[in-house]
Amino acid sequence: MSPASIALNRFGYGFSAKDSAVGDPRAYLLRQCDVFDPAPAAIATRLSTRAKTGEMLELLRRLRQDTRAMTAMEQDGAPAMAEGMTRQEARAAALDGLPPEYREQLVEARRVLADDIAVRVNTALTSPAPMVERLVHFWSNHFSVSVGKPGIQFEAGPHEFTAIRPHVLGRFSDMLKAAVLHPAMLIYLDQFQSIGPNAPFAQRRARRGGDQQRPRGLNENLAREVLELHTLGVDGGYSQTDVTELARALTGWTVPGIGRVGRFAEDQPSGAAFVPLVHEPGARQVLGRSYPAGEAGQALAILDDLATHPATAHHIATKLARHFAGDTPPPALVARLEEDFLTTDGDLASLTRALIEAPEAWRSGPVKFRTPFEWLVAALRLTGTTTLPPQRIVGALTELGQVPWRAPSPAGYDDLAASWAGPDALIRRVELAERIARNAPQDGVIARAEAAFPGTLGEATLTQLKRAESGQQALALLLVSPEMLRR
Amino acid sequence: MTTSLDRRSLLAGSLLGAGTLALPRLAFAQGTGRRNLLFVLLRGAADGMAMLAPVGDPGFAALRGATLADYENAPRLGSFFAVHPALAEIATSAAAGEALFVHAAATAYRERSHFDGQNLLESGGTAPYATKDGWLNRLAGLMNAGAPAPLRALAIAPAVPLALRGDAPVSNYAPSALPQASEDLLARVSLLYGADGELGPLWARALETRAMAADDGLKNLRDASAAGELAASLMRGDSGARIGMIELGGWDTHANQRGAFARSARQLDALLAAYRTGMGAAWTDTLVVVATEFGRTARLNGTGGTDHGTASAALVMGGAVRGGRVIADWPGLADGQLYEGRDLAPTIALESVIAGAVAEHLRLDPKLAMARLFPGRSDAPLSGIIRA
Repeated sequence: MSPASIALNRFGYGFSAKDSAVGDPRAYLLRQCDVFDPAPAAIATRLSTRAKTGEMLELLRRLRQDTRAMTAMEQDGAPAMAEGMTRQEARAAALDGLPPEYREQLVEARRVLADDIAVRVNTALTSPAPMVERLVHFWSNHFSVSVGKPGIQFEAGPHEFTAIRPHVLGRFSDMLKAAVLHPAMLIYLDQFQSIGPNAPFAQRRARRGGDQQRPRGLNENLAREVLELHTLGVDGGYSQTDVTELARALTGWTVPGIGRVGRFAEDQPSGAAFVPLVHEPGARQVLGRSYPAGEAGQALAILDDLATHPATAHHIATKLARHFAGDTPPPALVARLEEDFLTTDGDLASLTRALIEAPEAWRSGPVKFRTPFEWLVAALRLTGTTTLPPQRIVGALTELGQVPWRAPSPAGYDDLAASWAGPDALIRRVELAERIARNAPQDGVIARAEAAFPGTLGEATLTQLKRAESGQQALALLLVSPEMLRR
Repeated sequence: MTTSLDRRSLLAGSLLGAGTLALPRLAFAQGTGRRNLLFVLLRGAADGMAMLAPVGDPGFAALRGATLADYENAPRLGSFFAVHPALAEIATSAAAGEALFVHAAATAYRERSHFDGQNLLESGGTAPYATKDGWLNRLAGLMNAGAPAPLRALAIAPAVPLALRGDAPVSNYAPSALPQASEDLLARVSLLYGADGELGPLWARALETRAMAADDGLKNLRDASAAGELAASLMRGDSGARIGMIELGGWDTHANQRGAFARSARQLDALLAAYRTGMGAAWTDTLVVVATEFGRTARLNGTGGTDHGTASAALVMGGAVRGGRVIADWPGLADGQLYEGRDLAPTIALESVIAGAVAEHLRLDPKLAMARLFPGRSDAPLSGIIRA
């Protein structure tokens, strides 16, 4: 791959005729950091759906005995629940027989979610900074949430738009606090239900005999994933005690508008609520460091320290290097990024510059197999598509197997070719390519191919493009060419 | 060596005498030959007590009175258990000695989230999300060790499910809702990928799978019978997949369970019947394991359904299965016998069932299989599932 092709494809979302010319490849990428818009119109004008989250969780709580609602909620979430049915039928079946007020909320939740997915894709199609859009999606996957749990449908878009996007060239510690303490994550990893065993609320409950049906206490889910996935990494040197201590520190962080304790909630900048009554009292010890008793600030202080920990630097450097420079990232690049992260205390703009400037990121390659999402965005950009309706976007991503904010685990979607370069996946890309090509301008395909992969287009591909029986067929072939599938 | 099994077993309606319980002596890694394994995951927590009703337990009528009529003329496995009438084909297989149920089985998971329960059943880990690959993939890895070429492992699903993810090469296939690409484009893509070392072979496998499935005429996996035929068509013959996995949903029967369960059960029954027929002569060398993440509450709830529970039933089926019976250490249904006062209590580790069945069928060392597929478990793999 030529440097220009690497800048377009490895770092960005591929060529779009509306882009400025690449020119000097590094300067082209560095410029994107300046022109990136953290809140383009579609995001800035998005109406708040925060109230709906609390409403949905409250309704579910009320309906807990009415098990039909739980059916729908679980079925809606199960990633592959309906192999025996079509998606529409599964949805209809899941909706069938639900309490009307919950049915209405589910329909609304799906609409909001589809709209948010469309905002994400359409923003990437027209962004003047496709490399930074890639970074947004990289970090969003790093702090993965899944709409499989009820309530998150309203929060997954805002999680990316407000907790990830504004910090993508900011400080990692700010992104960490925003992403981890966002309602989407608090719901996804069960934090919103976690209660300090010695917190005033738990003590009062115990005195009253408690709620026999639902014993509640400390939930370690979020604390564990913060250490394992978001910061230190699985081999980052933390112990079960650290997990439990962080879980204790996180108690009180919850979602606004829910529960009997809701009226005691203090609103937080992340959109979350903090309820002191639920917070485990006392000082905490995490990774050998002491944190004095201190309500909401306690977790923030721990997260700040985790954000700049050497193990975090190594973990983040490895993932970022893997994303841009190959499934087995070059150790020299990992070391370079790690050092930058450490010396700047996690300045992500500096880290991005270090990545752009690192020679290891410019190996001629290709070094990565495009994920379905990357491929679809690149294909649409190449065909000149600037906007696509939500249902078509969601439909295509569903068929490709990578709907945003629906990863199968808190680890997010895999960033390895082995997970995506499957036979069935190839067939689907070819099928979709033929369909996309049918609806796109079909002229000048060879010129477009040369612009998309400057100095990089292989003879084999060029030959097949020239031999195609029509512009449409040539375009379809270009969309599934080896050059297009990899970066 | 079979005392523990004897003690634990209710040999209900066995067509084989207890004398045949003696275990086949299994050598390690004799090679798997043409043996096939299909794992069917019932997502949503299938109700084992509806699937295989313990009609002989006096507690059953008290807990499930409203469903008793379903089992009046249902096929029996011994005097104690009745097979749900919608599972007629499976019952036929059981009567022919080719299917057995394991009852009151559960994984190590004791909470009640589908998410985590499925994750644990598929990953084979001891805690949800603790293990990142799946036991079925580790099984493929185990069988690939020392083999001249990796075996084919295939999910009949739009994406590779967690159980099949991992280091061993796997593939997946599902009928697509996308319009099929034109033959001309497919041929040209072959030329396009001809010289590409990675895409060329992948594409060839894709076309091959597509050709094998070409006459299915399916757009999705909605028709369970067609899905079963499809699975068989992809697992037959020398080039077929040796390991297959398929998922079925619709088991989360919180309300109006009688109708909902029967619908899902008919799907499972049709799928397995079509698969059995489709495998033809290879059925003799085929093992099907059907499992779900956890069971449901023993008592019907106020909406005629059941809520998330603990133990459920598993089904093991195939030409080599020593079937016609139920393996259970029946925990009982009296109030004091229910798990946490509400669920069928688990008495057999589902992991032991899977590891034991799979190891005997594929001629793997059962202990090794248990350790690799479900590390960190203390349970011994169940033995005597496959005929000597």
